[in-house]
Amino acid sequence: MNQIAVLAPVLAPLLIALFAGGIGWRSWSWQMLTAAGLIQFAAGVLLAVATTDGSAVTLGSLDFRVDALSAFVMLVIGAVGTLAGWGSRSYLADEVAGGAGSPRRRRQYVTLVPMFLATMALAVVADNLGVMWAAIEGTTIVTAFLVGHTRTRGALEATWKYVVLGSTGIALAFLGTVLVHFAAVQRGVSTLSWMALSPIAGQLDPGVMRLAAALIVIGFGTKAGLAPMHAWLPDAHSQAPAPVSALMSGVLTSVAFYAILRYLPIFTGGGNASPTRPMLAVLGLTSLFVAASLLIAQRDLKRLLGYSTVENMGLMALGAAAGSKFAITVVLLHMLGHGMTKAGLFLAAGRVAHLEGTTTLGSISGLLVRRPQLGAGLATGMVFLLGLPPSALLLSEVGIVAGLVMTGLTWVAIAAVVLLFVVFVAIVRASASLVLGPALDAVQGPTASTTGLLPTWTGIAGTVGLVVGLPWLLPLLTRAAEVVITHG
Amino acid sequence: MSNQFVQALNLAAGLILLTAVLTLWIRRVSTLVRLIALQGVALAVLVGTVAWHGHDQQLGLLAFGILALKAFVLPYLLRRVSTQPGEAETDPLVNVPASLLAAAALAAISYAVTRPLVALVPSAQVRATPVGLTIALIGLFVLLTRRRAVSQVIGFILIDNGIAVVAFLTTSGVPLVVELGSALDVLLAILVLQILTNRIQAVFGDTDLDGLRELRD
Repeated sequence: MNQIAVLAPVLAPLLIALFAGGIGWRSWSWQMLTAAGLIQFAAGVLLAVATTDGSAVTLGSLDFRVDALSAFVMLVIGAVGTLAGWGSRSYLADEVAGGAGSPRRRRQYVTLVPMFLATMALAVVADNLGVMWAAIEGTTIVTAFLVGHTRTRGALEATWKYVVLGSTGIALAFLGTVLVHFAAVQRGVSTLSWMALSPIAGQLDPGVMRLAAALIVIGFGTKAGLAPMHAWLPDAHSQAPAPVSALMSGVLTSVAFYAILRYLPIFTGGGNASPTRPMLAVLGLTSLFVAASLLIAQRDLKRLLGYSTVENMGLMALGAAAGSKFAITVVLLHMLGHGMTKAGLFLAAGRVAHLEGTTTLGSISGLLVRRPQLGAGLATGMVFLLGLPPSALLLSEVGIVAGLVMTGLTWVAIAAVVLLFVVFVAIVRASASLVLGPALDAVQGPTASTTGLLPTWTGIAGTVGLVVGLPWLLPLLTRAAEVVITHG
Repeated sequence: MSNQFVQALNLAAGLILLTAVLTLWIRRVSTLVRLIALQGVALAVLVGTVAWHGHDQQLGLLAFGILALKAFVLPYLLRRVSTQPGEAETDPLVNVPASLLAAAALAAISYAVTRPLVALVPSAQVRATPVGLTIALIGLFVLLTRRRAVSQVIGFILIDNGIAVVAFLTTSGVPLVVELGSALDVLLAILVLQILTNRIQAVFGDTDLDGLRELRD
């Protein structure tokens, strides 16, 4: 049963992709995408139950291995994947109603989205750093045409930047992988298995590993959206279809970050004085700084959400820089909480784009009066994103700052709090003008449907659910954090 | 370690480096594509030499795969973009002498950075790894200083070739499944870029990437 749960998240979405592509686009195709996400989520739950005791589920013939960390990230992929599949319903329906796109392009969409989910799942279940790398590079290829789905000038520009920057970054990560393999071969271990490498981390040549660490952190950091390698992120997130932005922001960045977490015990284990943690601290603070300075005067809702992702990834990098068991635990909590909230918000932004015909912040106001449901959804999502109670992000943000202080990185923590405050003010200001503000004109264009906002509300509810369910989730989170810090 | 092996290795590595440096010099896209194909041949020879020296059949087969991919398939894809009107010449932002000086500096950096590798295993094979890193860095430089879409793709191929050189020289390649996965990913990435180049050309009229500046803050 558990073996099936390891295989299903990779295989089921692939089969769904084949089927969805085979029969072409149908008005109910979104149900297949949602099903792909649900299967992954269900498998994630099964695996989480199986691995919370610290054991791992393996599929030896394929080198698949799921421990608590993999199981948890699978939960994140499944949760956000479900939301995005569900949100595709109104996105594709709007496209048809607006006469945009074509059945062929929609067929491409419903084929590529499940493939995207499958590649991310592969990256998480593979017990081979090389296969993990290939899967993450695969996400770039699969998502390229999803980002460029609308085929406008802006979408083309965003896709080009995304593919060139993403592939280059990931090429550097490959060089890092090669060097890790080189160091391992010199110790007589010709493998890229994480299980085999992490116990011998201390014996690997420190000089080679230093170089490898820098390449891995910069390479996967590019895909994770860490500044200063983040340049593709706001463009791609603002141009991609809303459900795709939800997936990229909510999980793709997290899966790339998972890769860095996987490497942590190899680079820092066994008393290796590798620069991984200082690097993560610098990249984390840079991300917070870049996000804060570009959020202040941000004029586009989807770009605003994109920079907020840069900020949140920066925060997670800081948590990883602290590197204690507690810090990693809250980083993982943040990963799930941010994923669901951000997915919900991107889907809501997609509704705004459709109903208002724009996502420019200055030209939309008074949503709460004009479109109460949409306005309330957006406002609640923003409040949760900012980490106000009862959002799980409150716990995780306070936890990350506390984790920094506890590991002696007090100055980093202080800088982070200051920058977080700037981000807070910037997002509050932008959201206020969006949902409050004068309701200048009566409702124009189509009216908002209730069902279109259900995925958004589900994502938001999930973030509260995290707080309520924390006592049950905590053992898994701690176990997953132990995976990252104990070996070596 | 036989003398012939070292000579063949250095010859192949030298040829790869030479083709990389020449991409900074040459502006005609059709010649650039030929250079990339030649570099692919040299890379296949390099891998073949390592395979022959280590009596590694699997690696030998891989050399043929690399020959097919890098000397024929990728240049074919590039040529399909470059034969379109308006794509005959690249337009570097940095002139040739400055580019060559930059390449020299990048080579120096590569030698400095790869010292730990050579210190760990001072064999002829590992001693040649700075060449790979130099090529990857030249690729990065091309990516940053060229404005045409096709020359950016060439920069990306250089990065990939450079990393492949490092991979084969350090450990005779990473495990086969990873090697195949990475080759497939590169092929697909180039395919995606080729399709995008055509779309950019259709929408913008040419592939001058300076036209791509709608999205910014």
